[in-house]
Amino acid sequence: MTTKEMVRLENVWVYNDGIPVLEGINLSIESNDFLGIIGPNGGGKTTLLKVILGLIKPDRGKVTVLGMPPERGRKHIGYISQFNLFDHDFPISVFEVVLMGRYNKSGLFRRYHEEDRKAAINALKTVDMLGYQDRQVGKLSGGEQQRLFIARALVTNPRLLLLDEPTASIDPNMQAEFYELLDRLKENMAIVLVSHDISAVSIYVSEIACLNHQLFYHGSKEVSAEELEKAYNCPIQLIAHGTVPHRVLREH
Amino acid sequence: MLDALQYQFMQNALLAGLLAAVACGIVGVYVVVKKIVFISGGIAHASFGGIGLGYLLGINPVLGAMVFTIASSLGIGLVTRRTRLPEDTAIGILWAMGMALGIIFIGLSPGYAPDLFSYLFGNILTVPFFDLMLMLLLDVVIIVLVVFLYKEFLYLSFDEEFSTVSGVPTESLYLLLLCLVALTVVVLIRVVGIILVIALLTIPAALARQFTYSLKKMMLLAISAGAVFTFSGLWISYVLNLASGATIILVSGTALFFSFGVNKLRRRTRGDNRTVTTA
Repeated sequence: MTTKEMVRLENVWVYNDGIPVLEGINLSIESNDFLGIIGPNGGGKTTLLKVILGLIKPDRGKVTVLGMPPERGRKHIGYISQFNLFDHDFPISVFEVVLMGRYNKSGLFRRYHEEDRKAAINALKTVDMLGYQDRQVGKLSGGEQQRLFIARALVTNPRLLLLDEPTASIDPNMQAEFYELLDRLKENMAIVLVSHDISAVSIYVSEIACLNHQLFYHGSKEVSAEELEKAYNCPIQLIAHGTVPHRVLREH
Repeated sequence: MLDALQYQFMQNALLAGLLAAVACGIVGVYVVVKKIVFISGGIAHASFGGIGLGYLLGINPVLGAMVFTIASSLGIGLVTRRTRLPEDTAIGILWAMGMALGIIFIGLSPGYAPDLFSYLFGNILTVPFFDLMLMLLLDVVIIVLVVFLYKEFLYLSFDEEFSTVSGVPTESLYLLLLCLVALTVVVLIRVVGIILVIALLTIPAALARQFTYSLKKMMLLAISAGAVFTFSGLWISYVLNLASGATIILVSGTALFFSFGVNKLRRRTRGDNRTVTTA
């Protein structure tokens, strides 16, 4: 299978109030990647995703999505934000939320067609949420909401899936199920998963990177002695549990 | 009351109440679910600058208010989106600046401003024919825009970030939504006045929200509630010889409090059975 470059970041800098959040990020994401990005809270993980989505303009550097500026390329990205931030009493049904994902196919003033409704139903089927269409979003459990937002991202037929702290609000016993779903999805799309939950991430992803303002890309999960040495350049003590993450990584 | 209906002014008042209910029912739902109540209050109060400008230029103050509120909604929208000024600070400034401008303009106008009070507190019994036609036109504009941009406004209100990524022109739509608030303020000025507008923008929608999880049904319910409030407020004010705008607001507020109680009882006995419809 030939791979295609989905996202390219070249020397990207983002400042917030004069303080650098992202410092000289270089990153290339290929179409068959399943990349896990770990790092401490405030290390710039969400900012990095928003830069790829074109929601934050870098102060310096270049970002392309499928060779296009992010504003044009992002319709090929399925995005799952750090959720639970929505108004749980909002008058919107599960089906309406999933249909949102079809907007990139329909556009301004256009109505949804049978095809869109079928795609929405299929996406709900994929995440095992059929039968919930008429439920109001606030009436779902944390895990169900999570699956709903995955369905919304999938219904866009994305070539790249970006997930921001996806396991933050689901039960531990649901997490395995969730990663198995991603495991199936990675056959068809590139996946980038951002998390501070190192142990869970390291089991499932194929590549791993540490982000703490600077990005340290380890390529495969097997971190060699030299790579480990290099990785120590990243302030590991700030990444959650001292040197633990790299020991965890080495075990796989 | 029934014999009062034969009077032209009473028929006009009822029509004005209905037109106001339609505008505040539709736009009020967005104001409530998108939580832009404070910005709407700012736009409403800033419209006083337009009333003053109307007096100064010798044109219909409602027309002056329309131009002025549209301009101030776009201004406040752009300032809060593009600059680092905190939104509530920007709103507070606009709120007072608009009113201050109005006072200066009226001071500069020759002569005496006889019906100033009715712009501030509304007088549904004296809505001129031209203003009724303007209200009708604005209602049509609001309905057409919301029908054609229903899903866009829904997405903007629910999840702005995902909408932007999906290609919804969120910033333009947000500015357009603020313009709809501006038009609604203009529709409501004659009925309840600038100072009381915010109550009619929020109360019918807040009442409707307790009974449904469908945005469309919420709008229809809010329109009906608004119509009931304006009609009953008008009737009470006529019978008891009270200020109509203030009576309408007090009737609405009282009804809202009762609805909270009714809803609480209903939920206790039957659980939350708000309906949801699928698009």
